[in-house]
Amino acid sequence: MLTQLTHDIATVSRRRWLAATAGLVLGLAAFSNAKAQETIKVGVLHSLSGTMAISETTLKDTVLFLIDEQNKKGGVLGKKLEAVVVDPASNWPLFAEKARELITKDKVSVVFGCWTSVSRKSVLPVFKELNSILFYPVQYEGEESERNVFYTGAAPNQQAIPAVDYLMKDEKVKRWVLAGTDYVYPRTTNKILEAYLKSKGVKQEDIMINYTPFGHSDWQTIVADIKKFGSAGKKTAVVSTINGDANVPFYKELGNQGIKATDIPVVAFSVGEEELAGIDTKPLLGHLAAWNYFQSIKDPANEKFIKAWQAYTKNPKRVTNDPMEAHVIGFEMWVKAVEKVKSTDPDKVIDALPGIEAKNLTGGTSKMLPNHHITKPVFIGEIKANGQFDVVWKTPGLVAGDAWSKELEGSKDLIGDWVGKKCGNYNTKTNKCGGQGS
Amino acid sequence: MPPPSPHYSCRGCIVSANFLDRLRAVLLAILLTTAFAVPALAGPFEDAVAKFANDDFSDTDEAIGAVAASGNPLAFPIISALQEGRLSADPDTKKVFVTGSDGKIIDAATGAAVDKLPDSAAAVRLNNRLRRAVEAAVGSLTLLSPDPAKRIAAAQSVFKSHEESALPVIDGALAKETNKAVKAAFTEARAAILLYKADATEVEKLEAVAIVKAKGDQEAMALLTGLGNELPPNVARAVTSAIASIQSNLATWSMVQNAWYGLSLGSVLLLAAIGLAITFGVMGVINMAHGEMVMLGAYTTFVVQEVIRTRYPGLFDYSLLIAVPLAFLVAGAIGVLIERGIIRFLYGRPLETLLATWGLSLVLQQAVRTMFGPTNREVGNPSWMSGAFEVGQITITYNRLWILCFTLAVFVILLAMLRYTALGLEMRAVTQNRRMAASMGIATSRVDALTFGLGSGIAGIAGVALSQIDNVSPNLGQSYIIDSFMVVVFGGVGNLWGTLVGAFTLGIANKFLEPVAGAVLGKIAILVLIILFIQKRPRGLFALKGRAVEA
Repeated sequence: MLTQLTHDIATVSRRRWLAATAGLVLGLAAFSNAKAQETIKVGVLHSLSGTMAISETTLKDTVLFLIDEQNKKGGVLGKKLEAVVVDPASNWPLFAEKARELITKDKVSVVFGCWTSVSRKSVLPVFKELNSILFYPVQYEGEESERNVFYTGAAPNQQAIPAVDYLMKDEKVKRWVLAGTDYVYPRTTNKILEAYLKSKGVKQEDIMINYTPFGHSDWQTIVADIKKFGSAGKKTAVVSTINGDANVPFYKELGNQGIKATDIPVVAFSVGEEELAGIDTKPLLGHLAAWNYFQSIKDPANEKFIKAWQAYTKNPKRVTNDPMEAHVIGFEMWVKAVEKVKSTDPDKVIDALPGIEAKNLTGGTSKMLPNHHITKPVFIGEIKANGQFDVVWKTPGLVAGDAWSKELEGSKDLIGDWVGKKCGNYNTKTNKCGGQGS
Repeated sequence: MPPPSPHYSCRGCIVSANFLDRLRAVLLAILLTTAFAVPALAGPFEDAVAKFANDDFSDTDEAIGAVAASGNPLAFPIISALQEGRLSADPDTKKVFVTGSDGKIIDAATGAAVDKLPDSAAAVRLNNRLRRAVEAAVGSLTLLSPDPAKRIAAAQSVFKSHEESALPVIDGALAKETNKAVKAAFTEARAAILLYKADATEVEKLEAVAIVKAKGDQEAMALLTGLGNELPPNVARAVTSAIASIQSNLATWSMVQNAWYGLSLGSVLLLAAIGLAITFGVMGVINMAHGEMVMLGAYTTFVVQEVIRTRYPGLFDYSLLIAVPLAFLVAGAIGVLIERGIIRFLYGRPLETLLATWGLSLVLQQAVRTMFGPTNREVGNPSWMSGAFEVGQITITYNRLWILCFTLAVFVILLAMLRYTALGLEMRAVTQNRRMAASMGIATSRVDALTFGLGSGIAGIAGVALSQIDNVSPNLGQSYIIDSFMVVVFGGVGNLWGTLVGAFTLGIANKFLEPVAGAVLGKIAILVLIILFIQKRPRGLFALKGRAVEA
């Protein structure tokens, strides 16, 4: 009897289950159909796991936040925006796969994503082949201008060169340590900086270049070397392109070995509010960072943004940083371009983007240039005891991003111009498209 | 208190003798200059103080100079408040306030007490250039401090800044100084000033060179190399030879320094590898999740510190001591779970073990990422682990020193445990000959679980120590897994002593290679050397012999 009973229950529940599933499937289909007609899809291609999750997760949240805000204002072209989030897991080839998935399967109109240069290089062919749009929000080494990519982070002349200028003029630095993680961004940036320093009359023996592996944690020797290099009677500074996790033990070692900013200042290009959240910043007082945005900058737009962001993340201590601002600017530019051409068609949007202006969060207006880079102000901030930055210097106006560095032999004649010349590497000497690079 | 010399006496200052007694430093400010200011009357001092309110770096610079030279008794409180971020200014009323270290607020220009800061007041900002100016000012203002340590610090900052204006004070102080160490510091500071003083005689300069040469450290080197070319030929020669002698001295010390760094790196490697020496070395389990046990230990430290921060802030200095047993329990318990749940089904199947534990490591990482977030978590250094001290010309940081001691202690305890306890005996018996041990009535599966738990627990306490020098992030373990395997394989599988020697050998070799080849190439060179070594001696430095090897 018991068996009979269980059988009955089983049949009934199986039938119910079948019906329920069928209903659900139909409903889902109808739902997604309806949705597909009324939304514009925005791809988010940031690592949510693996090494880069530490930095990129925040950017994913930023895009979701921006989409949420835009939808509150009624979306774009009368349609709601819908985020499609994928996780490329800090795995460079997977970035290309996920990009392809976003464009072909999910049919997104635009993608916001990537952090490391190697991930950007990995998705480039996909965006070219499938003709879609990528907004890249991180400071990078330059030497690139692609039709399908919009670079809202800083090019070297919008971060590295002004920082070195500041140290030279204000701190009277004569000796330079260029320390970086061993990959393409630090190597190219240091090459540019070395050429720039030499053009300013700095001798080879006054430049020390040092590379360390990703995630380097034993900094004793290098910090001792820096100390030694700095005891040559000339004012010395460290220009750090050390990336990611390795910064924390580096700064800890500096503090422990008693190197103060007043003796040897360190100016970093990859350390922001987010990275400092993991360290006790008191020993770091006075060390510098160069960015195009700091959370501490007093501007109504910035204060409003921080407030809304902290409300959205339900964390009143959540910090903001430079790449986030780059996404804010990039997102607004994309929205404006789409509204201008009344379409999300990539070709139309790509052609409309150069010349579009968007307010940045520090009181200025950034503009998309024909080389797909933007104009930005440059700030030098000193680390304060509370993990924020105190702006001690800024460029008088906005600096236009150079796709190709003027300091390097191979690239100084090249320009990117997608408006007039329709070319990313136009050689102004030979008047031909196609110089060094792709 | 030495009586002030008559021609420097303070004519007209409205300062109570009591105040002078308390703040001897002020005396110097008065000694420094014959000019004097009368508080409460507008004058150059008040004008200078008001400049702090302009929020302009060059105005602040001028204000520091003017205030430090004013001889006003408020100069020292103002400058030291500025250094510690306790000086605030109201940009609207141009008033400047000093918040004392005891929380009392006074008006910087008049010294009158103030109830509370106005809302618009903000701390006066500094940049590095100004911080240097402040340091130099504090240095010259504290040369006569009653605290010998402060006098030494002041003398050192004068040594660095070699400001000529400090010379008369140093001369005066030197004559009265009785403390030997302070006297030496003053003499060095005086020498530094004389070296840079244009009108010092050749004899004075030669003496100064000798004193600085005897100091013999990197600062002395910086001072000498910073001298320009406009020196008398005799002095220039002396300077060149002094530089050469300091350089050779520093070169010897740098060998000692490399050896110390090597020991320190070796201790970190050993600490990370020691747990693996049990799970992989003794049990033969290729445990790719070993690094995640280290990470769990580090996160345990973080949780312990969070609880202490919010509930019992007074216990912060003991947080690591509390975290060590907890980390051992957390990681050990998870280790036992892993062994019972996964690994016991896979004994004798190394490939499957490798894949399963590797998958497990990803699961653990993502679990931690979901629970604690992907960003780094701040684990603070207790006061006894911060800072450094100097031995000769090398700097030894406390955190590295403690980690070295801790590692050796863990090693000794583990060794003793394997040697002298019943569990240790059973472990050795089971790993050497499982069937024989079982025949003797040892519950081998229980011993397996406990051994794996022990190895994991030790990885957990390694995490406590590593949280002090590395990032506490979900990726913490990944950076140690390769190094750990390298150490265990190099040292000889199954031999704890081998792991010890292996770790220190690799650490020291790495640190002697690094200055020559750079961090990246150094690491590659080490890997290549290990590959060659394993070709020659496949079983590592200390190979196990006998039947256990084949088992």
